[in-house]
Amino acid sequence: MQRVVERDKLLETCRQLKADYEMLTDIAGVDNFGEDPRYEVVYHLYSFQKHEYLRLKVKVPEDDMIMDSLVSVWKTADWHEREVFDMFGIRFRNHPNLKRILMWDGYPYYPLRKDFPLAGIQTELPEYAEDAGKAEAANMLGGPFFGGTGTTSSREREPRQYDTPAEQQEKLKS
Amino acid sequence: MATRYEMEMIDSAARAHQAFEEELHGEKLIVNMGPSHPSTHGVFRMVLELDGEEITNCWPEIGFLHRGDEKIAENMTYTQFIPYTDRLDYLAPLANNVAYAYAVEKLCGIDVPVRCKYIRVICAELARISSHLLGIGAMSMDIGAMTVFLYTFKQRELIYDLCETICGARLTTSYTRIGGLANDMPESFIPMCRKFIADLPATIDETDKLLTRNKIFIERNKDIAVLSREDAINYGATGPILRGSGVEHDLRKANPYGGYENFQFDIPTGTVGDCMDRYLVRMEEMRQSIRIIQQALDSMPGGEWNAPEAKIVLPEKQAVLTKMEELIHHFINVTQGINAPVGEVYFGAENPKGELGFYIVSKGGGTPHRLKIRAPSFVNLQLVPLLCKGHMMSDTVAILGSLDFVMGECDR
Repeated sequence: MQRVVERDKLLETCRQLKADYEMLTDIAGVDNFGEDPRYEVVYHLYSFQKHEYLRLKVKVPEDDMIMDSLVSVWKTADWHEREVFDMFGIRFRNHPNLKRILMWDGYPYYPLRKDFPLAGIQTELPEYAEDAGKAEAANMLGGPFFGGTGTTSSREREPRQYDTPAEQQEKLKS
Repeated sequence: MATRYEMEMIDSAARAHQAFEEELHGEKLIVNMGPSHPSTHGVFRMVLELDGEEITNCWPEIGFLHRGDEKIAENMTYTQFIPYTDRLDYLAPLANNVAYAYAVEKLCGIDVPVRCKYIRVICAELARISSHLLGIGAMSMDIGAMTVFLYTFKQRELIYDLCETICGARLTTSYTRIGGLANDMPESFIPMCRKFIADLPATIDETDKLLTRNKIFIERNKDIAVLSREDAINYGATGPILRGSGVEHDLRKANPYGGYENFQFDIPTGTVGDCMDRYLVRMEEMRQSIRIIQQALDSMPGGEWNAPEAKIVLPEKQAVLTKMEELIHHFINVTQGINAPVGEVYFGAENPKGELGFYIVSKGGGTPHRLKIRAPSFVNLQLVPLLCKGHMMSDTVAILGSLDFVMGECDR
């Protein structure tokens, strides 16, 4: 079962639904890059009586990425919402502790957005990891893992083991 | 109750010490626990606020093992992601493989043959036993009962042998495929598995004798971290934690998948919701898993183990090398991945630690548009501040042990 909910009606809807669907199982953010509204937040509720899930979808436009927090309805929403904030940058109104959960505090990007590269972006590490230097973008060795077919030759598409990126460039040219 | 005496201290140094203590009275102490602490079973950090020995507040911190699995999943085919599921709950990799395969099959709308389902049931239940054996062993070791850990680890070793027999790997199994299995279950597996489940109850009974009525174990666990039924649901707890709090909810019974409706088993539940109940639920679940495996072995059907879906299931290697059609399917499946329909599914499986859910959004093609992993440990760990508050510092190891989490799936 699936239902699309207006962003400002979410809190009220969930309060009513809680009588039937006792448990909030999951909150997932989805980035539909190139569509409008760009983001979606998907809630999965579970009913112990009916043994079924209910999927609630809320559309979030890119220019106004804020919505109501469900922590007042379900305590479990706390970490789920922090994760959505951490990965997509969607903010939750009235959240008791809205800060990054998987990435470190002060990390400047939102990694699960579609415009964030798979390899990552070079970033300063937090102060307490002073000696660690920087978080570097991964060497993709010509990746990504799956490059489709027909676009380029498999030699350019697939990851190959080279010692340095320069060596890789040289091999590709020859 | 001991009688207390007020004593006059003549020693000036002692008097100074007393004054020092009185002045500090009421000040809270902040203690950092982890990220590398033996009882946190991985890299989990807790900052505890202590009033004497009592925990007044607790702030858990996760993310030290974050590898970006969900981002990686968006850039590879469905089949390529199977090895990554081994590394979610690495104490029960077979159960993760099974859950992921069912999720993608639900998306594609295909059904697997009964033999495949039964083999998957055996795999998932072996994984459950393996996870609970470690959970109970590690929990008892943390609170001082070293012996149990050694006994349970010996049995886990035999489960690894079984994994090796069935799929060739001990830890990184990657046994399932979309629409089937990597290979059929070998004949030699059945007698091995029968012997294992015949011997296992002795170890469980031994553990039972060593722990369940052990005075020290009871004192460390009884009425510690009581989780009410309402709180368990409110915090989204699943698995043995939810059942320990008295909620009779098991996805294998509530939303039967993968042939679980054909098996007889009971769902153990607790009454109090303390650490002891969670331990007892795990003990009983292992016995029920043995029952399920026994039934699956007895009624194991023959026949195909892969779904008859040429465009989704990888064909047999021998056929690929000799037949044109199979070669084409193999080539397309490997280079482009399966052509999944547009749509979205959520599939929740009852894993040893709780409900492992995969929410897959597909826009067609070989790669998922979004793959969200609903990890049971991630959700269950939210309970830590609630459960720790008001208990002694030394109880944290019992509480963490009874939650039985694994950071691989929590941080993803």
